[in-house]
Amino acid sequence: MSDYQTHEHDVLVIGAGGAGLRAAIEASASGVSVGLVCKSLLGKAHTVMAEGGMAAAMGNVDDRDNWKVHFADTLRGGQYLNNWVMAEIHAKEAPERVRELEKWGALFDRTKDGRILQRNFGGHRYPRLAHVGDRTGLEMIRTLQDYGIHQGITVYMEHTTTALLKDGERVVGAFGYDRERGRFRVFKSKSIVLATGGIGRAYKITSNSWEYTGDGQALAYYAGADLMDMEFIQFHPTGMVWPPSVRGILVTEGVRGEGGRLLNSKGERFMFNDIPDLYKNQVAKDAEEGWRYVEGDKNANRPPELLTRDHVARCINREVKAGRGSPHGGVFLDISWIKEKVSNAPERIKKKLPSMYHQFKELAGVDITTEPMEVGPTTHYVMGGVRVDGITQMSNVPGLFAAGEVAAGLHGANRLGGNSLSDLLVFGKRAGEHAAEFAKKHGAGKIDEAQIETAAKKALSPFDRPTGENPYAVQHALQEMMQDKVGIVRTEADMASALDGLAVLKKRAAGVGIDGNREYNPGWHTALDLDNLLIASEAATRSALDRQESRGGHFREDHQEKKKEFSNHNTVIRRGPDGAMQLRREAIPALRDDLKQVIEENK
Amino acid sequence: MTNAMFRVWKGQGEQASFKDYHTDVTGGMVVLDAIHQIQAETEPTLACRWNCKAGKCGSCSAEINGKPRLMCMTRLDTLDLSMPVIVEPMKSFPHIKDLVADVSWNYEVKKRIKPFRPRKPDAPDGTWRMQQSDVDRVQEFRKCIECFLCQNVCHVLRDHHKHDEFAGPRHFVYTAALEMHPLDTEDRTAYLKDEEGLGYCNITKCCTKVCPEHITITDNAIIPLKERVVDEFYDPLTRLFRIFKPKG
Repeated sequence: MSDYQTHEHDVLVIGAGGAGLRAAIEASASGVSVGLVCKSLLGKAHTVMAEGGMAAAMGNVDDRDNWKVHFADTLRGGQYLNNWVMAEIHAKEAPERVRELEKWGALFDRTKDGRILQRNFGGHRYPRLAHVGDRTGLEMIRTLQDYGIHQGITVYMEHTTTALLKDGERVVGAFGYDRERGRFRVFKSKSIVLATGGIGRAYKITSNSWEYTGDGQALAYYAGADLMDMEFIQFHPTGMVWPPSVRGILVTEGVRGEGGRLLNSKGERFMFNDIPDLYKNQVAKDAEEGWRYVEGDKNANRPPELLTRDHVARCINREVKAGRGSPHGGVFLDISWIKEKVSNAPERIKKKLPSMYHQFKELAGVDITTEPMEVGPTTHYVMGGVRVDGITQMSNVPGLFAAGEVAAGLHGANRLGGNSLSDLLVFGKRAGEHAAEFAKKHGAGKIDEAQIETAAKKALSPFDRPTGENPYAVQHALQEMMQDKVGIVRTEADMASALDGLAVLKKRAAGVGIDGNREYNPGWHTALDLDNLLIASEAATRSALDRQESRGGHFREDHQEKKKEFSNHNTVIRRGPDGAMQLRREAIPALRDDLKQVIEENK
Repeated sequence: MTNAMFRVWKGQGEQASFKDYHTDVTGGMVVLDAIHQIQAETEPTLACRWNCKAGKCGSCSAEINGKPRLMCMTRLDTLDLSMPVIVEPMKSFPHIKDLVADVSWNYEVKKRIKPFRPRKPDAPDGTWRMQQSDVDRVQEFRKCIECFLCQNVCHVLRDHHKHDEFAGPRHFVYTAALEMHPLDTEDRTAYLKDEEGLGYCNITKCCTKVCPEHITITDNAIIPLKERVVDEFYDPLTRLFRIFKPKG
């Protein structure tokens, strides 16, 4: 028998970024007991790194904006694979969720008439992102944290969940360990919200922190939940490329929103050379019009740098491959040029993009007010994840909910910048609300000791092999392979060999060993994360192999066009009875007539 | 590429001591990169906190060559690599293991400070109006990433261990952000004086010097708060006024 401590709650929220905190606040408000498990310290989750802002059609800057335009933009950006129920809810509810943050103490940048200021971002027709300079994520997580700590939520900092516990079909608890002592914990709960974020650590070049190891995706998968759209991974066009140790760190799209232009080594503004059909009516015809758009001219169209992320990332990739890249294998992103247009350029850049200024100055020795940055694509976000009901956020496993990046649906094949923070709030709230409702309707389930024993044994197995392989070596090998073979440009041959590689890595992962004791042992934690990374990687690879077309974040060199036969289904992964990964195509329900009309009106 | 030596605080409790590690370093690397490299190459058990690796989350606070810094923002080319680079955990908090300190006290202190309480909305749709110039000041305080380096360096905590009576610079910045929030209606002045121990601060400005977000903690947060306390509790006219002011 393993030793463990038991905690009991009505609702357990796993993950304490924007979605998890918002879910916990909502559940707690409905009067149930809530436990909030965070892998790091409270307030350090990946949300803190979000920079540009949260998208909400409040119309404070351009009163032509409304939920319909936001809805249409989201579907266009997602190449119509989105769960449109979620897209509609998101567009309608985001403004209220943003205003709620203000009520809880958030201080957004202001318009001249004192309302919440909104900025331009890729794929959004009108200025739509509520923001605080370029540290919006920090403002959001701190607001939720500082409000949340007074709502009677029990917070378990530095705890990691390694398994969900089931009673029949339903989830009834979770198993994990605390980082400090390495002791096992069992959380009994009537419902569970997963809010664990993404899978970026499966890649070598990523903007994601160590926590992003696909935990929620793997927990849900083993519990029998469907994963959907896992082939759609967003490579953010602008990550830092130099020095090597900062490669992948995010450079906010806000730089382009404020007028930043992308240049190749010839000084050419290459984004003007390739405008996708879906956007040809929405892009500036020349640099002059693009600047007028940045400056708020309502009759001007956006500069091509503000096209969707999937497209911009591919264009950058092409420039680099064609030998027109910057010295360190990226392209140039220049905001300093606005000095040609405005007199106080350096002050304006520092005011609008303070942390970018700071980041480049300190880490790369580059002054962005006088010289261009070097940037290139970085693994940023997974559009896919746990398949959920659009209204309640419950998965196909009763009692198991998911919200934020770990859930699939809202973003379809490609997420628009700014739609993530609003996603966290809108669907975090909904998940919390419905998880609480579920908990009220259902009694506590029965915890099965055998499941706890299995989970404990699995968690301790790396200690049985003190001479086993170093877990970091396996993690690095996986990251190299995924970067090379299931990255921004994909082919059947590469991905088939990735599947073989994953089989080998699975064996290696089963043989990793660690030294030392259970107390705050990062080698052990890395060993336990491997299985999650492998599940997420395999799901992404299998889904990407099956989609023989290019769409959104998924680009196939061997099938470069969008294809009709792939335009109407999502790829769904489930664990088969034999433990093998099964894939199926799931048709997308027909769009409601009134929403069809919304799409038409906004073409 | 050069080989550098890192002298890292390793272990737990009485057993903890410095341990030397050699690793190859290249241009642009930061201290956190070196620690990660040591973990991956030779010491997988080496404990440290980190998340964003871009100076935004405030997790990787440590003392590098005796100076409180974020490991992710300390470039190796700013250090003398002919000498060992000394990396230690923050010392004003209980030690957990290796480079990890127990910062939970900070979370408890914060929870005791009265939360934000906004005035009634300005507009019928439930929203407020604020000018940018009114929020600028508080936005400076809200840049805080809770790395707790200011708490670590403050002598009231570090040398005099007044953790029970003194909230520390981080929480003065937090309180200042609430008190100077254009919408807030709560009064925390008495609490600042009696519970947060604001009077212990003798404005040596060590906190301001180590703040990686360059928040002018002492001048912009602590001194104005001290003035509020003085105005409310020590100003003779106000005191006289208080005697005659009906209670309630």
